[in-house]
Amino acid sequence: MDNKNHWSLYEVFVRSKQGLSHRHVGSLRASDDEVALQNARDVYTRRNEGVSIWVVKSELITSSQPDEKPEFFDPSLDKVYRHPTFYNIPDGIEHM
Amino acid sequence: MTNQLHSFEQAIEKDISIEPKNWMPEAYRKTLIRQIGQHAHSEVVGMLPEGNWITRAPSLKRKAVLLAKVQDEAGHALYLYSAAETLGADRDDMMDKLIAGRMKYSSIFNYPTLSWADVAAIGWLVDGAAIVNQVALCRTSYGPYARAMVRICKEESFHQRQGFEAMMQLANGTPEQKQMAQDAVNRFWWPALMMFGPSDDNSPNSAQSMAWKIKRFSNDELRQKFVDNTVPQVLQLGLSVPDPDLRFNQDTGHYEFGEINWTEFFDVIAGKGPCNHERIEARRKAWEGGKWVRDTAAVYAQKQQTQQQQQKVA
Repeated sequence: MDNKNHWSLYEVFVRSKQGLSHRHVGSLRASDDEVALQNARDVYTRRNEGVSIWVVKSELITSSQPDEKPEFFDPSLDKVYRHPTFYNIPDGIEHM
Repeated sequence: MTNQLHSFEQAIEKDISIEPKNWMPEAYRKTLIRQIGQHAHSEVVGMLPEGNWITRAPSLKRKAVLLAKVQDEAGHALYLYSAAETLGADRDDMMDKLIAGRMKYSSIFNYPTLSWADVAAIGWLVDGAAIVNQVALCRTSYGPYARAMVRICKEESFHQRQGFEAMMQLANGTPEQKQMAQDAVNRFWWPALMMFGPSDDNSPNSAQSMAWKIKRFSNDELRQKFVDNTVPQVLQLGLSVPDPDLRFNQDTGHYEFGEINWTEFFDVIAGKGPCNHERIEARRKAWEGGKWVRDTAAVYAQKQQTQQQQQKVA
């Protein structure tokens, strides 16, 4: 067992309290999923920071590339009519 | 390429953080790996002088506090190694380099903890100095490093307060206890000032780090802030600062202090401090002694995975 890095990199997500979503807090290395969960508890929730933890191997995450940012996010840029402020509503109209 | 460099410089200019997948100059990446790696190593090695006193803490309360603090330091190291890994550094490789003496850690941890008061002094002065440095780094330009710093700063405040409180107890104790406290201040004052690194006119890498906004304040600025913060605390404890040149300048509102012994500083960095050898040896022993645990866990994980796959097939 001389090869290095046989412990996988995991990303850690913590739900800080009931009613909020899990939020990425950092990463860690662990030999398997169960150990990752225990390490995540020790590393990221030593002060009651969470009521629930997700761990996921970093290699399983598919992400967008910063280089392709303009093209990738372009479709949402030119559609101002998706925002409520696009529409002119006269003064005096309430509850809208 | 020039386009990428342009967007990088624009981001730095506008205080937009650089994230792992963004293009960055190779030298920026290298500087960060070196700095974050050293920082992580400092957290790891920093556990040793304090760990020395866990079994000999003067009360159960102090022992529990010290254990919690040392556990925090381990956690801080893990946040920082993770941040370094986002830049392509390899955690095991960094550990190998530390043990081989090819990566540095904060020179402060090469001083011994001779008495219990030294543990209090470390919490108060050494963590106090680290906080000044780390608060500034919360706005560093590399996102993962900045975020790790925010977490660390939140936890570090307890370290400093517990150290000050332990020191206060000694300072208000018997004459012998008060003397212990003073001796610890005498031992750790100057090494704490040295934690901020060489003076600005002798710090060749600083200008580039400032330009990249990795550093937001110069070594001397941060050192001055620490002195201004801490001298009143020393005096409130009824102790004295071991610096005959120390005086308050009414006009500037700052304390002026004597010249740091730079020969000692560079000697300790070069490996000639009182505990350099001992610290690295302790790390080597722990790393090699823990190898079978790391390997066994990996083999176990592999077996579990194979079993699961077989069950799926069946």
